[in-house]
Amino acid sequence: MLPLNMAGNQIPVEAFLDSPLDTSQKKQLADVALNSARSAGATYADVRIGRYLNQFINTREAKVQNIVNLESFGVGIRVIVNGTWGFAATNEVNTDGVKKATGRAIAIAKANSKFQKDPVQLAPSSSYGDVSWKTPIQKNALEIPVSDKVNLLLATNAIALKNGAGFAASNLFLVNEQKYFASTEGSYIDQDIHRIWPTFNITAIDKAAGKFKTRQALSAPMGLGYEYMEPKSEDKLVGAAGFPMYKNSYDMIEDATIAAQQAKEMLSAKSVEPGKYSLVLEPNHLGLTIHESVGHPLELDRVLGYEANYAGTSFATLDKWKTGTFNYGSKQVNIFADKIQPGSLGAVGYDDEGIKCKRWDLIKDGILVNYQAIRDQVHILGQKESHGCCYSQSWSDVQFQRMANVSLAPGKDAYSVQQMVKDVEKGIFIAGRGSYSIDQQRYNFQFGGTVFYEIKNGQIVGMLNDVAYQSNTQEFWNSCVKICDEKDYRLFGSFFDGKGQPSQVSAVSHGSSTSRFNDINVINTGRTI
Amino acid sequence: MAIFSKEEAKKILEKVLSYSKADGCEANLNGSNGGNIRYARNSVSTAGESSDVTLAVQSYYGKKSGVATINEFDDASLEKVVRRAEELAQLAPENPEFVEPLTQQAYGESKTYVEATAKITPEYRAQAAANSINPAAAKDVTAAGYLEDSNNFTSMMNTKGLFAYNKSTGVTFTVTMRSNDGTGSGWVTRDYNDVTKLDTVEASNIAIDKALQSRNAKAIEPGKYTVILEPAASAELLRNMLFGMNARTADEGRSFMSKKGGGTKMGEKIMDERVTIYTDPWNVEVPASPWTGDGQARKKMDIIKNGVVSNLFYDRFWASKQNVAPVPFPGNAIMEGGTASVEDMIKDTKKGILVTRFWYIRSVDPQTQLYTGLTRDSTFFIENGKIKHPVKNFRFNESPVIMLNNLETLGKQVRVSVDGGPGGGANFLIPYMKLRDFTFTSLSDAV
Repeated sequence: MLPLNMAGNQIPVEAFLDSPLDTSQKKQLADVALNSARSAGATYADVRIGRYLNQFINTREAKVQNIVNLESFGVGIRVIVNGTWGFAATNEVNTDGVKKATGRAIAIAKANSKFQKDPVQLAPSSSYGDVSWKTPIQKNALEIPVSDKVNLLLATNAIALKNGAGFAASNLFLVNEQKYFASTEGSYIDQDIHRIWPTFNITAIDKAAGKFKTRQALSAPMGLGYEYMEPKSEDKLVGAAGFPMYKNSYDMIEDATIAAQQAKEMLSAKSVEPGKYSLVLEPNHLGLTIHESVGHPLELDRVLGYEANYAGTSFATLDKWKTGTFNYGSKQVNIFADKIQPGSLGAVGYDDEGIKCKRWDLIKDGILVNYQAIRDQVHILGQKESHGCCYSQSWSDVQFQRMANVSLAPGKDAYSVQQMVKDVEKGIFIAGRGSYSIDQQRYNFQFGGTVFYEIKNGQIVGMLNDVAYQSNTQEFWNSCVKICDEKDYRLFGSFFDGKGQPSQVSAVSHGSSTSRFNDINVINTGRTI
Repeated sequence: MAIFSKEEAKKILEKVLSYSKADGCEANLNGSNGGNIRYARNSVSTAGESSDVTLAVQSYYGKKSGVATINEFDDASLEKVVRRAEELAQLAPENPEFVEPLTQQAYGESKTYVEATAKITPEYRAQAAANSINPAAAKDVTAAGYLEDSNNFTSMMNTKGLFAYNKSTGVTFTVTMRSNDGTGSGWVTRDYNDVTKLDTVEASNIAIDKALQSRNAKAIEPGKYTVILEPAASAELLRNMLFGMNARTADEGRSFMSKKGGGTKMGEKIMDERVTIYTDPWNVEVPASPWTGDGQARKKMDIIKNGVVSNLFYDRFWASKQNVAPVPFPGNAIMEGGTASVEDMIKDTKKGILVTRFWYIRSVDPQTQLYTGLTRDSTFFIENGKIKHPVKNFRFNESPVIMLNNLETLGKQVRVSVDGGPGGGANFLIPYMKLRDFTFTSLSDAV
């Protein structure tokens, strides 16, 4: 995982509630930038005035290691001059600072235009006027007393230790992006975006054997408020191996209790016999596989080669898409992108270039039908409308194409995880995220998980160790034979999707229901040193 | 104005401490000027410059501490940031692991700053891009690359009398060349404190040659192979192993350095006796800051000596608890090499694989330091002392500990920059290595 963006100044928690500028002041400043850009010859300009708040609480056993409150406030200005992009940013959020930054953006665009082969082509955008959007949270987590959050984390550690863990570390990460966007096309968009991520690592030790095993939390980072930390019975599902899985609220204490017991059990669990298995993958595991093997290869800028020197390119080339018959997966596989799914990390009203967000299909009945593209590249697909997935990690970084939420649609027929296990003769149930690695064109991947259970003749028979599976993206998705129904549909998430040079992170969710993949190659990762 | 001289930094830090009313106070003042250029599809895609200075103030009362930061330096702002740190300290829960700041330490002279690098211009960066793009276009190859340069200073002062200052520069260049038929890819990385050592023409031409030579790779069966690893290939695996040599996790029984039955592997031979890895902040090829972020003096020190674990890293809290001297985290690492050239290594190989780099390396099992990842950007099959043909990329599952037990030959050392770890990254000096029985577990169609 990439490091969380820690840029910003440390502030007292009360200062989270301050607002340095009101909407009318932001609009005035934005107009300063837009008018300066126009008069300097820009054919297009946009402004993002951003206040980014983060709170991180880190604990270990009975100790609070760190409470960090960060604020980052500034403005980023992007222009098109001579058909070329220019960008500059400043933390001087006043008329003078904004004018100077606009001037630098103009100068960079002019300098770079000497190297430009093809002028920027922007897909049309609507003019939305003055609009706003807010993550539909019930409780602002930044307004919850720090002591309540600390007490929950310390209670999590305590219950894990009580249940046999040797070590327990728990963390809570909170993000609030307050973003004001304006463009020369007449949109003034004010957004207030919230995200939350509780997590832990619980370790069991066998000193005599010189062994240790760690069980991570089965929580998901979510686009929710503190209500996610208040468990509700309707959000608790019984997983394939009998222990609970969580939907839109999370029982951290319960999960830590089970985690400690499972970490201890892992110390003596059976080592997997390598070979071909049917894999039963639950959403908190499958989300990462979707992310790496579908989300990234279907980013148009990667396909075109803009990420060739860093993250790589893609096997899902335009010629394959143009055939209209490229078989990405089996007929059961319907994968969609969206920036609107309630509770998801990617959900916003408008993206970072002022496009109203939506849902669109990427894979329909197993066939590749579309990519993820933004205003200056979507014309390459012959499409007239941006998909609305442009994002920047802060006011100081330029916005570019980032992954939307990319999710596997649930099966249409009623089918539970219990029925799925019953139908498997030789298989492995995998829950939670683990080790993950994929090649630079997204063909070959290897994934681990948090916990593994062997399935024999329709029954869970015990825990396994040393499991990882290797496959090829197209073969893997074509081996998908069953997907549970919508009752099991849940979100996986990551705060740390990395891309670009200099690297930026973005947060993204992936929804799915527990799914079955046949004849997947499982390797044994046990070694002796 | 992002780079303050020693005198300017000292003056600001003295002013900061003069406002302190807490039991103690420590301030870090750091700044950087940086620039970058990125290109892809044989055209510049983005370019920019950034400049920033940040002052971080930590105030403490007993074992309660708070940190506040600011990037304004008038007197009122300096006093405000101290007051804010004191407010946070008073509100903070007591941290039983809090350690008071150090008194003045003796530091050696730094070698991390080179004036020429601090003077890199946008024109230099544009020329670097042109040095890749023009020869690529002439050879039916597409260039994608990135050059980033930085000029930094770090300084700190505390109420116990410690003051430290360091200036450093760096330039990193990477380029990927892909043949236009889509079947070949080459890559090069270069990293220096001194930009006059960087030759972007030479580096770009190596990547172009690799792209052309790696076209139409053939598939061969995965399995255990003798490998010749270029230094850039082994850097991340070595980093992961070295950065994992933390004494606390080893003592706690949750590290590959923990011993069966309790205790650590300190003093034990864990790999081939030709493996010696040490840190030396004054090495001219990979100089590091003479002091750590908390003011500890760095020194030359063995980490692995003749295959034996010589040192684990102790932070100041864990050292005091274990009643040993702190062992600061290293700012660089040097693995001793040999005299063999890569051509010698190939000549002496009956059957093997030459690896340019590994990609997407992730931990599989921290207990055994097992990692997975893939070869990328030119991988070649060697038979009877000669490179026979390019091969399709492999996925590996291997542990650097096992790998360094299977050492065959050491070659010349090359500087490689690695990310991660405390402080964000480090520079390593790593030899070409020939190793037996390296485990490739599957094939990839990726180019």
